[in-house]
Amino acid sequence: MKLRTLTLGLLSASAFAFAAQAESITIATVNNGDMVRMQTLTDDFTAKNPDIQLQWVTLEENVLRERVTTDIATKGGQYDVMTIGTYEVPIWAKQNWLLPLDKLGDDYDVKDIIPAIANGLSVDGKLYAAPFYGESSFVMYRKDLMEKAGLTMPDAPTWDFIKQAAEKMTDRANGVNGVCLRGKAGWGENMAFLTAMSNSFGARWFDENWKPQFDQPEWKNTLQFYVDLMKANGPEGASSNGFNENLALFQQGKCGMWIDATVAASFVSDPKASTVADKVGYALAPDNGLGKRGNWLWAWSLAIPAGTQKADAAQKFVSWATSKDYLELVASKEGWANVPPGTRSSLYANPEYQKAAPFAKMTLDSINAADPTHPTVKPVPYVGVQFVAIPEFQGLGTTVGQLFSAALAGQTSVDDALKQAQDAATATMTEGGYIQ
Amino acid sequence: MARAVSTQHKTIATAAAWIVALLIFFPILYTIITSFKSEQEAIQGFNLFPSGTTESYIAVEAQRGYFKFFLNSVFLSVGSTILALLVAIPAAWSMAFSPGKWTKDILMWMLSTKMMPAVAVLFPIYLIFRDTGLLDSRIGLMVMLMLINLPIVVWMLYTYFREIPGEILEAARMDGASLWNEIVYVLTPMAVPGIASTMLLNIILAWNEAFWTIRLTTTEAAPLTAFISSFSSPQGLFWAKLSAASTLAIAPILIMGWFSQKQLVRGLTFGAVK
Repeated sequence: MKLRTLTLGLLSASAFAFAAQAESITIATVNNGDMVRMQTLTDDFTAKNPDIQLQWVTLEENVLRERVTTDIATKGGQYDVMTIGTYEVPIWAKQNWLLPLDKLGDDYDVKDIIPAIANGLSVDGKLYAAPFYGESSFVMYRKDLMEKAGLTMPDAPTWDFIKQAAEKMTDRANGVNGVCLRGKAGWGENMAFLTAMSNSFGARWFDENWKPQFDQPEWKNTLQFYVDLMKANGPEGASSNGFNENLALFQQGKCGMWIDATVAASFVSDPKASTVADKVGYALAPDNGLGKRGNWLWAWSLAIPAGTQKADAAQKFVSWATSKDYLELVASKEGWANVPPGTRSSLYANPEYQKAAPFAKMTLDSINAADPTHPTVKPVPYVGVQFVAIPEFQGLGTTVGQLFSAALAGQTSVDDALKQAQDAATATMTEGGYIQ
Repeated sequence: MARAVSTQHKTIATAAAWIVALLIFFPILYTIITSFKSEQEAIQGFNLFPSGTTESYIAVEAQRGYFKFFLNSVFLSVGSTILALLVAIPAAWSMAFSPGKWTKDILMWMLSTKMMPAVAVLFPIYLIFRDTGLLDSRIGLMVMLMLINLPIVVWMLYTYFREIPGEILEAARMDGASLWNEIVYVLTPMAVPGIASTMLLNIILAWNEAFWTIRLTTTEAAPLTAFISSFSSPQGLFWAKLSAASTLAIAPILIMGWFSQKQLVRGLTFGAVK
């Protein structure tokens, strides 16, 4: 009798302990400044949700991508929230790998998400990931060097103007390169830039029947212009420069212009890190008068894998991290300049933010100038501004990126690079069953 | 004259050895140097003299916490090594002292598993781990590390055991030693240096293993390789912090290797030429 009482007591006590135990969710993320900051601010979330504990897994971007893909494809259930980009969301949502975000709460205000970003993260009108921070690309330039060159940067420059300005600003004897652009091979490195640039030259990756278009004159014009511009006015060894390398060059005053992610604005204008912080101006990405600009659209976003057992807790976290309240929380602790940009229209209407971030308007205009569902001048069968949202693109994009990087380094000619790109793309698309 | 030439040869050989050693060690040295720079210094080109700031170490520790990863690394590398030795000593013993018709082929086959790229079996292994509930568990990863290093352990021990004359074991048998006594009292004491160097090398291999330890873990079982990986950033400067994380991760194994270098060199060169 005693034993039975004891056993029952123990059982109920352990059941109670189990019920009272906090639920733990695992969040996979990359090591970007905004993400790191979020991890230091989670006390606010756990205070509001004492029954949910947060566990973080931070990985290098490519490892993260591979890791979460493996887990989601096998329904491994290791993660409850994952940080993914606008490239993965449409593909994964179509595979039913992600849960639609329909329980973000009454005060979440989904309509406040910048429409271009929300479009990129939705499939069939349903939101599958909530943007944590969004970015486009634009021109950052040195106002002092522009003035010295006797030129004025328009708000919306053309490629011809960029070329002309680069030529005048280049002063290699004093270590100044007219323009710094990405050259490092990779679908998310040089191909992000070149694909966005090609849109403004009227080029496209594929026609409506998925036939690769690298044999068309628009691509030849794009690549030739890029290689000529960089050879005459770019930094030495540009074919190995990615975001971080160009950031360092610009911060050290070695670039007249840099066309890259809008998020770079907060780095180049930070007086602690940048020697040119007070001399930077911003303009929209260039165009050729064809109706499309050479800027991209990207949003690091939080999504919930279909295999999770803790969907409700995960949605609560996603809602907290991407809410208006979170932006205010960051502002109160670290100032408005450090608020994650590019996700909510209300942020750009906030006068305090406009004051703290002089690049705010140009960032919003750039994001609004990108349309992932109609990225190119001519019609295309795919979604994505600086990428093609098909699973094959990671591999193919990097292969083409290597060819174009070699053309920039002078190891191969522009014509050869394009021909090989056309062959590689044709082979991939035939193998993938896109071309019958 | 002969004496002069040999001194000269010796000097050249020593100088060459130093140059090669420095070349090999330089990336590690530069990582350590970079870890004492600020992020701005780190990206400003080649510089051997850091400002000596420890801000990266402080940031790294504050961001991620070193100790849990370190403990996992110790547990995984030592645990997998002990497991591997338990399996490999009997295997190498039987191959060395009572080889069969297929012994050579089995050895070759075992080694051939190391020739396959790990990523080729990522999905099957991941599914097995998922179905057995071993994802992100130390035990699962320990077994995995044991399995991938087993061929090397068996090979090293096999080469070592072969150097021990079979006659000694026969003599023990003549004196009435059982198989157990033969292994414990005769073979093992003679093979201790070989087993020790195998153990050291295996601990180093398991400590540095970065493919499976990153892919089969999330939070609980993640060792120092995952710790390092978390400091690379696609947007923002991270070289100094990454170097600090790497220095912290390699320091324990570097120190261990330093103290046991005699054993290591002996084990690696044993049996090559006599």
